[in-house]
Formats: sequence, structure tokens, C-alpha cells
Amino acid sequence: MLESLYQQILLDHSRHPCHHGRPERFDAEAEGHNPICGDKVRVFVTLNDDGIEEVRFEGAGCAISQASASMMTNALSGLSIEEATAVRAAFLDLVAAAEPDKTSGERVNEELRSMAEVRRFPARVKCATLAWHALARALGEALKGSGGPPSGAVGGEKTG
Amino acid sequence: MNPARQPSTAPGSPGALAFDPQTIRAQFPMLGATMNGKPLVYLDNAATTQRPRAVIDSVVEHWSSSNGPVSRGVHALGSLATEKYESARTAAAALLNAEPETIVFTKGVTDGLNLVARSFGDELLGEGDEVVVTELEHHSNFLPWRQACLRRGAVLRVAPITDTGELDMDALRAMVNERTRIVAVTHVSNVLGTVVPVSEIVSIARGVGAAVVVDGAQAPGHLPVDVQRLGCDFYATSAHKMFGPAGVGTLFMAPQWVDRLEPAQFGGGMVELASAEESTWITGPHRFEAGTPNTEGAVGLAAAVAFLGSFDRAAARAHEHALRDAIVAGLGEIPKARVYGPADGAPIVSIGLEGVHAHDLATVLDAEGVAVRAGHMCCQPLMRRLGVPALTRASIAPYNTHAEVEALLGAVRRAGQLFA
Ligand SMILES: Cc1ncc(COP(=O)(O)O)c(C=O)c1O
Repeated sequence: MLESLYQQILLDHSRHPCHHGRPERFDAEAEGHNPICGDKVRVFVTLNDDGIEEVRFEGAGCAISQASASMMTNALSGLSIEEATAVRAAFLDLVAAAEPDKTSGERVNEELRSMAEVRRFPARVKCATLAWHALARALGEALKGSGGPPSGAVGGEKTG
Repeated sequence: MNPARQPSTAPGSPGALAFDPQTIRAQFPMLGATMNGKPLVYLDNAATTQRPRAVIDSVVEHWSSSNGPVSRGVHALGSLATEKYESARTAAAALLNAEPETIVFTKGVTDGLNLVARSFGDELLGEGDEVVVTELEHHSNFLPWRQACLRRGAVLRVAPITDTGELDMDALRAMVNERTRIVAVTHVSNVLGTVVPVSEIVSIARGVGAAVVVDGAQAPGHLPVDVQRLGCDFYATSAHKMFGPAGVGTLFMAPQWVDRLEPAQFGGGMVELASAEESTWITGPHRFEAGTPNTEGAVGLAAAVAFLGSFDRAAARAHEHALRDAIVAGLGEIPKARVYGPADGAPIVSIGLEGVHAHDLATVLDAEGVAVRAGHMCCQPLMRRLGVPALTRASIAPYNTHAEVEALLGAVRRAGQLFA
């Protein structure tokens, strides 16, 4: 059970996160904070005409929160807003829903799918979703700034 | 009958209390549980202890045979319930060597400290006055003072700790001055196990006429506590940290404060005369107990006090310290493991494993059935001082065993390998 949570791919991402560090130029940022353990991530979104040019993050925390943030930046950079919103919804469903939709696993990439086991560790679900909630807020900000759809369109959950 | 008093008989003589961890352990139904397919190794006692059968039964027994309205009405059952409630006060007082008239029932430490900060803090503090707390404080002995200072225009000062996790007494001495009104300290740190020299702090505070408020959450479960010897003005406890129920505790108030302080809560049971024009409050601890009290909580608390008096506590303490030492020694042999806190504190060990976040470590331990605390432990100022976002804490009770220490160490080793 433990090995299926802490898979090699998760450990690799937590040690060597992708898209890590504050970018020089970005359209919006938002912070996620887990008050229980003090984990913090800050997510930066840069948009272009087609949607999301890049998602980056910085922060420190447990292996799960760091890996999840890193995998998120890989999965979402280069997607349209609609695609990113769909991936986010599928991922949250996969790791946090009481009864996940059977198709959620297919709607995310393999890296993200490897985190599905988190759902069996209820105390850790918040670690896995931290960056994704911050992303929703950053995307909402970015779209507001660019005259795009209101933030409600990408989900406005509060972080826990 | 005073169940908390140390036995007068010499050790080994007939009638002396004994201590055997297995005999203690057998009294705790929860400790037989299985978690994640492994026998539960419960090392989160500083968060909440488990309850022995006698405490569980006391509550059931009260509900079955003496439940009624406390201090209200004239019927016999009401009197029976009132008697139980008040004898629980006497037992709770004995645990701290206090008089029952100085013991206020509360919801616990947080509630007690907030009561003091509201009633005493607001009355005493003025513009430019100072409150001294320490870097060791739990948020519940930090935030009520911060808020009281904000309300009153007073200044909150935070006494530092040394690199070994002791309170820096020289710094504290220098910080306490003629503007200091209140010094609020923990008796035992819930993160480092540091035992704070309360008597010494009381004499420093007395030198400038300041009052001393003590957070006793972690103390009475491990140490004998004598509030008269300590000489403090207020001392707050929680029953659930010493084998009693959650949501009940006591606040000791030095006799000079009991009838003088303005209550922070108003309602039934604390009133002498009530009218729109004039209202007055009764004297004694009931003054601070507005509303129908948590009678079953008080009954369970009394049973917990009796439980604490049922075994040789000095021997239990020696056992707890042997386990603590075994954890510290075992961690010393695990690469990248580190222990925070002084070597001679209460049996509370905070663990850092380099390169492994506290929550990941706790998840690995949990998978082995080992329950520990991970996080900032409601001590964000202390975490900042230690330079860590979070720690993993093993905290010991008399029912813990050397086999459980081995399980903990094995799981820490496993975490080290997993994240290597
Ligand atoms: C040192 C210390 N102070 C205060 C508290 C708060 O106690 P309670 O939650 O019972 O009010 C705790 C326990 O969490 C503690 O360890």
C-alpha cells in the first residue's frame, strides 16, 4: 500500500520538480497553504493566445504536495483553458471524490494517474490537491485580467 | 479520600503501589486495536491519551445511576448529580494540591486560558503594559494573550529559548520589568518536552508584581504538580491529556482571584441577582461556570485522577523516561535522523529526518500502525525558531512498551530507506 503511494515517479518529481521557480513574466499567481502541516505552494500562470503557455510553481512541502504540483505543471502547460479545466476536474475527482467517476483515470495522463492511490490516505488528500486549488485561483485571476471568462468558469474552491 | 496523593508507604512495603506497564496496558481497550492491518502502536499521547476502562465505566455508570441536573432544583437525583460533580471538583483539586474552591471546571486548557486572558487580562492590562510569553507556547497560550494585548493596547513579548530547547532564563529575566503585568508559560512543551522552571519564573514575576499563568496541558499526566508549591496565579489542565474525557478540564485560580475576577461568560448558575438595573455574581468557582456543566466530563476526570493514583507514578515516570531514552538512542543510529529538545525533558520526542517531510514520515509510520503527530503542533512560533516547517512527534504514556519503541524505530528506518 505504501509503495503504491510513494511510487518512484512521485519520489522523482518531489526530488527534481519540473517547472519549478518563479518565472520572470506571468499573468497571475496564487498561493495554496495547508494550515495543518504548513505546506505552501505558489502557482504562476502565463497565458498566450491559445491558452496556457506555462504553469510554474515554487514552494516547499511534503513529497506528495511537491510531486503533485510538479506533475500538474507538466500536464497543464500548453493546454487550452478548457482542456486544463477538464484535466483539473478529472484529477480532483480521481484523488478526492468519495466515488470517483470511472472515466477520470482516463482523462488524466499517466503521471497524474500514478497519484490515484492518495485517495486511500484521507489525511494526505489535501497535500495532493493543494497546488490544484491554487491553480484554479491563479487561472481565475489571469482570465479576469485578460478579459476572459470569469473565475467561476474554472472552479473557485477554497483551499483547506 | 485523596486518590492523587502519593502513597505514604515506603516502596516495597505492604500497601505500596506497584507499576507494571502490561498491567496498565490491559486496562485500555483502545490499545488492543489494529490499524492498517498492524497492531496499533499509540505514540500520540501528547495530543490525547487513551482512556482506561475505569474512566469509560465511570461515565456509563453516572449516566445509568446518577444523571440529573447539577446545582438546580430540589429533587433527590439533582442532589446526587450535584454531589458527584462537586466530589469530582475535590478530586481534580487534589491532583494539583489545590483547594476545591479554587478549581473552575472548563472545557480544557484552551478554554481556561481564554477565560484568564478575557477576565484577568482585560481587567489588568492597560496601554503600554506588557505580557511575556515564550517561544515554547502552544497557540492556546499565545493567541489569547496576543488578542488581549491588541484589545488593551498592551505589548506582547516573547521570551526566547536556547539552542538546546530550554527556556533562556537570562533573557526572560531581562524581559520582565516594571511594566510586565502577566507572564504566561507552559509547564511542559508539547513539542520538545522541555520542563519549564515555573517556580523560578514565579519568583522573577513576583519581583515586579506580575501574575503568572501556566499552561498545564502536558504536565499532570507525567509529573506531580503542586500549584501551591509552584506559587502561580492560574494553572490550566485538560482531562483528555491525562486519561480522562475530552472537552473537560480545570482552571486553578489562586484564592485571591476567585471572587474578584469578572466572569467571561454569563448565564444560568453564576448569578446572585439578575435584573436589567443591577446584576451580581455568586462567589466561588461556580461564578465562572455559566450554563449546565459537563457533569459526565467531570465524573470521567475524577475517574482519571483516581487512575493516576492507582499505580506507582515515580516508577511509571522512570519507565516513560527509559522509553524516551531508547527512542533517542535508536534515532542516533539512524542516518539523517535528528531529535529536537533537551535530553532530560518529559517523554515527548520530536523527530526530524533530513530530506523527508514530517507528513511523509508520519504516513510511513502510520502504514506500520505507529500513530504519531506530524505538523507544526499548534506551535508555529516555535517551528520558526527551530527553522523547520513541521516535525514528527512521538509522545509516551505509561502503557507504552519497549516493543513499541522498536516498532517506531523500525518504521523510521524504513522511511529513511524509502526516501533515500
Ligand atoms: C502545551 C499545550 N497547551 C494547550 C493545549 C490545548 O489543549 P486543549 O486542546 O485540550 O484545550 C495542548 C494540546 O493540544 C498542549 O499540548
